[in-house]
Amino acid sequence: MAETIIKIDQVAKSFGKKGVLNGVTLDIRKGESVVIIGQSGCGKSVLLKHLNRLIRPDSGVVLIHDKDIGQMNSVELFQARRKIGMLFQSAALLDSLTVAENVGLGLKEGWKYSQNEIGDIVREKLVLVGLSGSENIFPSDLSGGMRKRVGLARAIAADPEILLYDEPTTGLDPITSDLINDLMVNLREKLDVTSVAVTHDMTSAYRIADRIVMLYEGKIEYDGTPEQVKNSGNPIVDQFINGRGAGPIHVQ
Amino acid sequence: MSNGFLVIGRRAINFITRLGSAFILLLKSLYYFKDIPRSFGQIIEQCFFIGNKSLALVIITSIFIGAVSAWQAAYQFKFIGAPLRYLGAAVGKAVVIELAPVLMALVIAGRVGAGIAAEIGAMRVTEQIDALESMAISPVRYLVMPRLLASVIMIPLLTIFSAFVAIAGAMAVSVLFVDISHETFLSGVKNSFELIDLVSGLIKSAIFGTIIGIVGCHEGYHAEGGARGVGKATTEAVVIAAVMVLIADYLIATVLFKV
Repeated sequence: MAETIIKIDQVAKSFGKKGVLNGVTLDIRKGESVVIIGQSGCGKSVLLKHLNRLIRPDSGVVLIHDKDIGQMNSVELFQARRKIGMLFQSAALLDSLTVAENVGLGLKEGWKYSQNEIGDIVREKLVLVGLSGSENIFPSDLSGGMRKRVGLARAIAADPEILLYDEPTTGLDPITSDLINDLMVNLREKLDVTSVAVTHDMTSAYRIADRIVMLYEGKIEYDGTPEQVKNSGNPIVDQFINGRGAGPIHVQ
Repeated sequence: MSNGFLVIGRRAINFITRLGSAFILLLKSLYYFKDIPRSFGQIIEQCFFIGNKSLALVIITSIFIGAVSAWQAAYQFKFIGAPLRYLGAAVGKAVVIELAPVLMALVIAGRVGAGIAAEIGAMRVTEQIDALESMAISPVRYLVMPRLLASVIMIPLLTIFSAFVAIAGAMAVSVLFVDISHETFLSGVKNSFELIDLVSGLIKSAIFGTIIGIVGCHEGYHAEGGARGVGKATTEAVVIAAVMVLIADYLIATVLFKV
């Protein structure tokens, strides 16, 4: 069995009086593709942002390669983040930079690459996401799907070991969603990364996941392969994956 | 009654907490001054944004600052029976040590402070700051330090420019409406000019530049809650910077100008 690369242990997080995560424990092994599903607002993105310390837990720990990311000093955190790429829900491209500058930003600011080397890497990554030739376009001139693909190219620019996807297909039409799913599967095969995605798009989840983890009321409700999830017999999981209004999950 | 005290107390604690947080952001930005050569492009870009793009506003406001100063001074000279030949001296001194630094700081707080808070606030609520952090780029180095440094450099330069334009505006009013020759006005300005006044004015405006830059960055950096949050951050950046500039002005005056 592959080594555990991410270990989430009893992570709890509240915002004000609202408890979002309530003791989440999860191990992710090297090379795995784990998809975290759950209702909107259940804390999936909050959990994902703990993995590169964009958010710190109130209690519990997140270990990356057995090192507590919460306790890392700025140099260790810098090194850890260089190995973790992230695709944001809104793509989060910097408006003031072109596509090429966005994709090459992390390389330019944090690595010792020459301009030519950065240019080559940017072109290579844009080819991978099917956007070659769009180097000089500004994000405001791109469609939602193209922005996500640029965000993906930026996330993989530094050849990360771990890729985090925050709602990669949300807000996209079914065809573009399928394109993004294809890209995620292809990238995993080509780059051999460990990926963690959060989504409530079950088509996407079945397509990209080795393991699906359902988050419910701040805890892991179910953890299994896509096949196991489909036949779990768990009424909460069943209600969610079949998209039924009636059932044990109360929509708030 | 006790509720009233509670509300005032809470607001005071909130205000002091935010000042403390802004001060910590200032210290973090100062730490990243070591990366000035690396961030040179961003610093120049911000200098252009703060300096060049504020010029029209500075010219218009400075002309009228000078004009109204000359008019009001002439009115008061007439009231106390002072000779009008000292008008240039009085207006020149007031412009260099007080009016140009403070009024420019207030005008620039409205334009630059609000612009910085809105831009960084929008970046915060659209996860662009999170994206920087996820790429192991310090947002303080990439966003805050260049804006702070550009404010500290450009606001004193704009203040010198403003002082020149304001004195020109004052001279125009004096010559056209108060019946003083431009030679008399300028000799008054020249005779009253002391280098220490200019240096004091520049020190003040550099401090005001620090306040405007860091408050704008801080409010934007901590914006939350979408467009409404960005609007709130922008308004507060202007209000807090304006109040802090006036408080700092008094404190600096008590240190630099002994009475």
